Amino acid sequence: MIAILKRETRAYFDSLIGYIFLTAFFAASGILFSVTSLQYGSTDMSGMYSGLFYILLVLIPILTMRTLSEEKRQKTDQLLLTAPLSLSSLVIGKFLSAMIIYSVGVCMTLVYAVVVSFFGAVSWLTVVGNVVGLLLLGAAFISVGIFVSSLTENQVIAAIGGFAAMLALFLIGSIASIIPVKWIANILTNLSFSTRYSPFTYGVFDFSNVLFFISAMGIFLFLTVRVLERRRWS
Amino acid sequence: MIEVKNLVKTYGDKHAVAGISFKANDGEILGFLGPNGAGKSTTMNILTGYLSSTSGEAYINGHDILEDPIAAKKEIGYLPEFPPLYMDMTVREYLYFVYELRGCRLPRNTHLKEICELVKIDNVYDRRIANLSKGYKQRVGLAQALVGNPNVLILDEPTVGLDPKQIIEIRTLIKKLGKNHTVILSSHILSEVQAVCDRIVVINQGKIVADDTADNLSRELTADHKLIARIDGPKDEVIKLVQTIPGVVSIVADMQRERGVWEYNIEAVEGTDIRRELNRRLMSRNWYIMGLRSSELSLEDIFLKLTMGESVNEFLADKADDLAEQYNEE
Repeated sequence: MIAILKRETRAYFDSLIGYIFLTAFFAASGILFSVTSLQYGSTDMSGMYSGLFYILLVLIPILTMRTLSEEKRQKTDQLLLTAPLSLSSLVIGKFLSAMIIYSVGVCMTLVYAVVVSFFGAVSWLTVVGNVVGLLLLGAAFISVGIFVSSLTENQVIAAIGGFAAMLALFLIGSIASIIPVKWIANILTNLSFSTRYSPFTYGVFDFSNVLFFISAMGIFLFLTVRVLERRRWS
Repeated sequence: MIEVKNLVKTYGDKHAVAGISFKANDGEILGFLGPNGAGKSTTMNILTGYLSSTSGEAYINGHDILEDPIAAKKEIGYLPEFPPLYMDMTVREYLYFVYELRGCRLPRNTHLKEICELVKIDNVYDRRIANLSKGYKQRVGLAQALVGNPNVLILDEPTVGLDPKQIIEIRTLIKKLGKNHTVILSSHILSEVQAVCDRIVVINQGKIVADDTADNLSRELTADHKLIARIDGPKDEVIKLVQTIPGVVSIVADMQRERGVWEYNIEAVEGTDIRRELNRRLMSRNWYIMGLRSSELSLEDIFLKLTMGESVNEFLADKADDLAEQYNEE
């Protein structure tokens, strides 16, 4: 697992995807920070954090598109799958390396908070809650992205498919509002990533939401392992 | 040691591997011979745990590849049909990665250095794999299989893409490795497996059609009845004369090689040796044999021979009797 983690993290920077992701992430968060906090002279950073949700929809698929699709296309999966290594440690290694790159981006938002703290009182608990929320959301999105990447050999399809899957998870909430049957609408609302994420940006740290993202991450990583397992049998 | 029992792999209703059983002992080089699509790569992919068999069992040094994959995979070094290389890494980075991936415990730098010297890639150690030639890529793939010094080596067409000099080097290397490893290698070239392997398993359409030592198999497969002869003499008369030799099925003049010397393809009934008779008759007319060699059996001939088995021999024996009768009448 450590070997996979090291190689993947390295590969993000060998293939420029790591740089592209971080540049885009810094640019987007910087713009959001300027527009929502700096312009109004506010120390409230929730505008940036809620805005980042939409940015992640586009950026995470770019981060995860290569993970498994490229291995299959280059036939390097033959090396990984015949190595003395379980499928789950392979998937977790890939997941963690994407998480490392992503976390570097997320930590950048802490720098903004530090900058703001020179000019006014920052509610540090809210900021930390936001960062944790963003990390959890990212973890769930990354595992969705890796799952989609395991389904195809083509990284463009993996990126677009990942984007579509994340968009669907985001839009579930909006669909719920037009469904007249109450209990179905309830279920859908509870599954919506945006409904689950927005409390974090208000500074509400609800443990059920934490559990939701961790479960989503676990489920999609598990499904990825199943896809790899099934490929051997087909 | 590798033991395979009744291995089956089906894709839909197509049998890629249809019930293969064999055993490769320690220190033995086993050759898989078969045309493309015979099921060689599929079998190797099952042995290494990349694919799962539909039914049947495979044991690597006693570890079931399905039940205990990690222990089994630790014993195997695998060079797939397409070497699994990361193009954006240097050879050094790649081998370091494989070293860690396999959880290797040997001293890293000396171990990898030994391997690189063995497969002769030490001069490209710090070059990006994408920039290497096909031959070098193949050898980096082989190096990868040797990392961790596994007991069992599974090599899928290891000499593809190499030039003749490299082929000989790699064959020598495999022979050397075979002394203290169990090696399975596949090929579609008869002379290659004959040169390298102790035992040969011939596979066709997912089934084993022959499993024997290289010596036995090549004895069985020699083609003394198919000759290529250069004869100094008038073409049409030579043909007429040779046709009267008992056992000759056909003679075809190929082309004129030297002035007055033609090359002929002579086919006799299997199991008959017409060389002495050919000499005697040509001498009596004062024509000379300028060159004589038996033609190699092609892979198609081998499969025809092995798959048709007895029926081929009967068919040919009948033909021989007919010819002998004709000759006696004359």
